[in-house]
Parts: sequence; C-alpha cells; structure tokens
Amino acid sequence: MTTAPVAVQPIPRGTLAGRVGRHALDWIPALVVLVVVFVVWQESIAVFHIKRFLAPQPTDIASTFWTNRHELISAGWFTFQEALGGFAIGSGLGLLIALILARWRSFGRALMPYLIAANAIPIIAFAPIMNAWFDPFSKGSKMAIAAVLCFFPVLVNTLRGLTSVHPQSIELMRSYGAGEIETFRRVRIPTALPFIFTALKIATVLAMIGAIVGEYFGGAFTALGVLIDSRSTTFQFKEAWAGIGVACAYGIAFYLGVAIVERLTLRWVPSTGE
Amino acid sequence: MATIAAEQPAEHRRAAVVRTAAERVGMLVLVLAALWGLWEGYRWLWIHEGWTWPFTVDSTTMPHIHDILRQLFRKPTSGVGGDILLVQLLHAAWFTAKEAIVGFALGASFGFLLGVALSQFRLLQRGLLPYVVASQTVPILAVAPIVVVYLGSLHVAPWFSVAVIASYLTFFPVTINTLRGLQSTNRQALELMRSYAAGRLSVLWKLRIPAALPYIFSALKVSATASIVGAIIGEAPSSIQQGLGGFIVNFNQYYSLNPENLWATNLIAALLGIAFFLVIVLVEAIVVRRAPEHVA
Amino acid sequence: MSVVEIKDVAKRFDGGTVALEGIELAIEEREFVSLIGPSGCGKSTLLRIIGDLIRPTAGTVRVNGKPAAQARTDRDYGIIFQDAVLYDWRTIARNISLPLELARWNRRRRNERVQEMLRLVELTGFEGHYPWQLSGGMQQRVSIARALSFDPSLLLMDEPFGALDEMTRERLNLELLRIWEASGSTVVFVTHSIAEAVFLSTRVVVMSPRPGRISHVIPIDLPYPRTAAIREDPHFFELVTNVREALHLGSDLDRKPAAPAAAEAQP
Repeated sequence: MTTAPVAVQPIPRGTLAGRVGRHALDWIPALVVLVVVFVVWQESIAVFHIKRFLAPQPTDIASTFWTNRHELISAGWFTFQEALGGFAIGSGLGLLIALILARWRSFGRALMPYLIAANAIPIIAFAPIMNAWFDPFSKGSKMAIAAVLCFFPVLVNTLRGLTSVHPQSIELMRSYGAGEIETFRRVRIPTALPFIFTALKIATVLAMIGAIVGEYFGGAFTALGVLIDSRSTTFQFKEAWAGIGVACAYGIAFYLGVAIVERLTLRWVPSTGE
Repeated sequence: MATIAAEQPAEHRRAAVVRTAAERVGMLVLVLAALWGLWEGYRWLWIHEGWTWPFTVDSTTMPHIHDILRQLFRKPTSGVGGDILLVQLLHAAWFTAKEAIVGFALGASFGFLLGVALSQFRLLQRGLLPYVVASQTVPILAVAPIVVVYLGSLHVAPWFSVAVIASYLTFFPVTINTLRGLQSTNRQALELMRSYAAGRLSVLWKLRIPAALPYIFSALKVSATASIVGAIIGEAPSSIQQGLGGFIVNFNQYYSLNPENLWATNLIAALLGIAFFLVIVLVEAIVVRRAPEHVA
Repeated sequence: MSVVEIKDVAKRFDGGTVALEGIELAIEEREFVSLIGPSGCGKSTLLRIIGDLIRPTAGTVRVNGKPAAQARTDRDYGIIFQDAVLYDWRTIARNISLPLELARWNRRRRNERVQEMLRLVELTGFEGHYPWQLSGGMQQRVSIARALSFDPSLLLMDEPFGALDEMTRERLNLELLRIWEASGSTVVFVTHSIAEAVFLSTRVVVMSPRPGRISHVIPIDLPYPRTAAIREDPHFFELVTNVREALHLGSDLDRKPAAPAAAEAQP
C-alpha cells in the first residue's frame, strides 16, 4: 500500500538522568528473566537429577571459569582476533564491491541474483579447504573463513541499500548539477547506512561462528573453539560450558560494539516500531 | 477510464516470456563461464609465477575444475565403496536435506510464534528480546556435541538432534523479522481497522501478519541457508556418516590424496543450499502478490 | 436529533500543541458539510474526533445520539482517507468485503453486497484485480465502495481526492454527489479546495488555525442535483468568494478576531 507520511513524534526532551532512568527501567523485565532462569537452572539440576556432567550448575561453571580465567580469556582473545580480522576483511571487501556495483548499476543489477544465490551457499562447508590452503594453526585460516562468511551478506545488503533510493532524490541531485560521486556521498550512502549496519551486526555473529567452527576442523591449541571441542570430547563439560560462556561474552561484546557505533552514527533515523 | 494493466495480445506476452527466459539462461552460462575462466586463469598465473601469497597453488590446493567434475563420475577409493561419487553425494544431500527441512520447519514455526508473541506483549518483548539476540552469539555448533549426547540419552535418533541444531540457527532471523514486520504496519491502515471496531485478533490476522509477509519471507530465505549449515555441521559430532557433513569430515581426512572428492562434495553442498533458497523464492512468488519493487 | 453533535470540544496534544479549541457544531441528517481551512486548523483532527480515532481533551461528541466511541463500535460510520489504504494482498473484491468480514456477514451476503458496491462506483469487472493494477482515481472509488459497503448513515472523508488530478477530481465530485443522493447518508468532508467545498456541500465550515477553531459557517444555497454547469454560475462564484474571504479573515494574514462580519449565520 502507498505509504502515507507518518507523523513522527519528536523524542521528548528531558533531563539526562530522566532519560537514562527511563531506559534503565526498560531493562528490569530482562533482569528478572535472567535471575529466574539462573535459579531454575540451578535448582532443576538437583531436583530432576539431570546428569551433572552434561549441564553443570551455574555456580560450578562460574567457579570453573574463575579458576581457569586466564587460559579462557586469552583463548577467547585469540579466537576473537580471528573473528575481528575476518570481519574487517570480509565486510571491507563487501562494502567496496557494493560501491563499485552501485556505480555501474546495470552490471550490479545483472549480478544481483547471483550474489543472492551465492549468499545461500553454506560457506562453512569450505572450512576444511581453508585449512588446507592456510596453515591450520595460524590465525589466517580462520580469518579467511570468517571473511568469506561476512563478505556476501554485507555486499548484498549494502548494494540493496545503495540502490533503494527514491528516484526523486536522484532527480533532485541531478537538478543541482551534482555528479555521480556527489550523489553517492550525499544521498546513496546515507540511505544505505541503516542497511549497512544491519548487515554488519549480522556479520559480527557470522565472524564469531566462522572462527569457532573453523577451529573445529583444526586449529591452534590456544584457540577457544579447539578448547571447547577438546573439553567436550573428554567429557570435561564444566570447562566446555565455561568456554562457551566466554565465547558468548566476546560475541555479545562484538555485537554491542557495532550497535553502539550504529546508534551514534544514525541519530537522524526516527525510531519506528513502538 | 483505462486501467494501467492494459490487455496485451497473448502472443506478445508469450514471446516476451520466452525472451526473458533465454536472457536468463544466457546470463547464467556467461557467469559460469566467467567463474571457470577466473579459476583456471588464477590457477595458471599463480603456478606460472610461483607466487605463494595468499596461499600456494598446486593440484592439491586448487584442482582443475574438469578434474573435480570428472571425479563425480568415478567411484571414490577413500573408504566409501559403491556407486559413483555423484550418486553417493546426491543420497547424502537428500539425507542432509531431510534433517534441514525438519529443522527449518521447527525453527521457522517457533520463530514466527515467538515473533507474534513478542509483538503483542510489550513486557514479554522487554524481558526476552535481549536473550533472543544473545542466543545467536552462543556458538550452537560448539554446543552441538552436548546437545547430541543429551538427546541421545533420551533415545532420540541422531538425525533429530541434528534437526534440533538446525532449528536453533533457523528461528532467530524469523523471530526478529516477524517482530519488525508486525510493528511496521501502516498507521492509516490501523486507523481504518479501528474505525471498523476490529478486535485485536482480527487486526493481527487480517492486517499485521499479511503486511509482515515480505519481511517474514526475507527471513525465511536467510533461514533456509542457515538450516542447511546447521545440518551439515551438526552431523560431525553426531558421527553421522550418511549426510554431507559426514562426507566432508571423511574426505577432509584424505584430502591430500584426493582433493577432488572434498571439492566435489562442497559443490553439491553449495547446490543444495541454492536449491533450498530457490524453493523459498518460489513459494514467496506464489504467496506474496505485491507490486514489483522499484529500485533506483 | 442531529446526526453529529459537537459540544465545546478541545484537543491538546502531548507537547503542548492546541489543535482545537471551543468547537461547537451540529450536523443534521442528509447534510453535506465541508470542513475547510489552512494547514494546522485542526480539520483532520476534528474529523478523527468525530470518528473516535482520537479522544478530545475536553467536550463531548455524540453521533446518532450516542457517544462517539459507541457509534464506532456500532459501526455507524465509514471513513475514507486521502490515501486509498487498500490492502496490497487482497483483491478489489476482498478489499471491499473487509468490513463485512469483520461484521461477520456470511459469504453469500458479502458477495452480493460487493457486486452492488462495484456497480455503484462503476467498477464492475475489477473484482479480481489487485490495487496496484488500478489508477489512483479507481483506487479511491474502491475505497468509497468499501466505506459504503455496510450502509453507514455517516461518511467521514479526509481530503479523499487530494492526490488526484483536477479532471478526475471533478468527475469523482459528481459521482460522490450521486452516491450521496442515492444512499441518503450524511457526509462530513475535509478539503483544501474552496471550489470543491462549495460545489459539494450544503454548508461550508471555515476553520482557522492557532488555535484551531471554527471561524465561519456558510450555507450553500445552490440547488441539487448539481451539475458541472453550476461551476460557471454567477452565484457559485459569489459563494466561492465568500468562502475565500472568510478564510482570509480567519487566517494569520489578517489578524482580526474571528467575527461573523462577512459571513452568514454562526451555529
């Protein structure tokens, strides 16, 4: 249906404390859920006699983490570097190619279906081959996997964003005598930013998965994925869960990092959907 | 008053359809030829110049494409007897596909219902959404061994454990997009429903959900791939031999002897992913009848 | 009993904007009342208050002798927006039958009514089409068919022809009058166009902004049925001029208070 102009309510101005306070209140339900889940987990292990080695109590996991925190955190850091490197390379390339394909739009349009299809390939299946190409103990092999995983989603979404500009905005720029580069700078790229950030957030998750699963097929002993895998196969599940916790923590931090950059950059986008 | 969709004579339309189909096929052939050319060209150049960055190129790291294709019609010698490789891979692909389909169905249904629930109850949204997002940072594939052992102790068939892993990867995009789609309903369409004194359920069923379908389908396309990934990778800890994941692990071990086997398997896996994706695209074309998108 | 009774209605939005103040208006059965005024005079807000889509901060609104909220739940009115607001995923026929589905009519009755409505707006044969296949004017006609499908006694229209070209607009004006005559309903019509207001209405309510209030009410004593020829009638021009002057008096261009100087009776 044709979109009618929606009256956007201006963000109410209040004191900073008031605004933070209001946002803090929003988080209470989430905290409640967290507490409830922990309590239920802790108790049901005992009550239902769930084999402790499969799903240890949170307190056990926490203490195991604390004992091994140095090893776990540095393993996590090792893997995170792989993910970060792959993220940077893959997203960077994706953005670059998207800009090129948006500049020569007929080429981009012709290729689009193929890029979307390529996005549907289970890239992770190529992890063993990456290990054959690069030294499996080096960070590079996992960076390669993470990079390929990030490349296509970033490319496809950025291209979509760059080309989904209102034809009238383009006409307006033409009427000002603006060239392609100007139009890119002032119209296409700002329009594409929300799309780009969505893709980047997805890419953080994909990069972490790529790094960890890549290590599955072979990696350095100082890597988190290898650690989790080897502890699992030797039935040291407390350590394995602690490792998973660390992986989560790095993953969430990565995601939030990009989300914060997004929030700062995209202040002009009215928040819809409440 | 004339309508926009004027009735064209039938022959014109048929000719146009044939022309578009020919163009599409032609484009496909062109792209495949270009990829072939790039591969062989890169290979030739790197071997000729002896470059070692980013990685050394030889028959092991980059086999000839025709060698890979030829291998499909040979009987593999690395421990899996029987039919030619292509037939074995197709069976494996079907096995993995079944796991993925079950996982996709479970994950998509759960994701959809969760998305609807989150959209209707603000408190639920505030309480659960952060965890829904965080759930994706859990490397489920690392939790896979634990899931498999646990479900195994409940006498669940291994393939179902793989389906569960696949569903975990599937539900998230569907939840997020269902929520977003339901929240982005046109304001005036909602006013219209209010003027009809429509109840909450009617508004949901007759307006919000149909309006959200494009969002949901774009998530389903992502989920289709994710379910395949989940199925393939999930097979390894489950020691499942018959699926594509099992073949990958197997051929990985003997890679230096017969690199073509692994590449051939990846080719079939890629085609499987694309096939899944195309099925969703087809369903979308039938279900979602909207005006064609306008891109600048 | 008036169909619509508005007593001392005011509307103040969060953030302080006073959209409406001291609105008093009574609309009788079978009237065609236009609300006209510059942007910000609150005419769309007033229309939505009548339809209980917005609650007033003060005052009361009664429709068909009941509170506005009740009239809404009883489906006493049909509303038409500037945007046709048709559902992309439904055919024309199913778009028209939407309110009937919500009112739980059975299928046979719905189909019959849809055919009737299509005849009324002269779109027979388009049942199976989708909205994007129709022009703007045709979509708006579907929107009118939908609004009338459940026989409401009151029609609320918010600049329904604002997005259309002049020729289509004039044709649809004639059609609307024909439909109004045939259905015997009461119409409240928001518009920007002076000529349209005078052409269609029995009374023109002129509103002024900041704060939104009614500044003049001008009866239109042109005979019905009105034809295209009436647009060239000298009395038509007189009335258009009256409305224009009333608008100027009420707006910021001329800061005199809203006095009933140049217009006829006030309610």
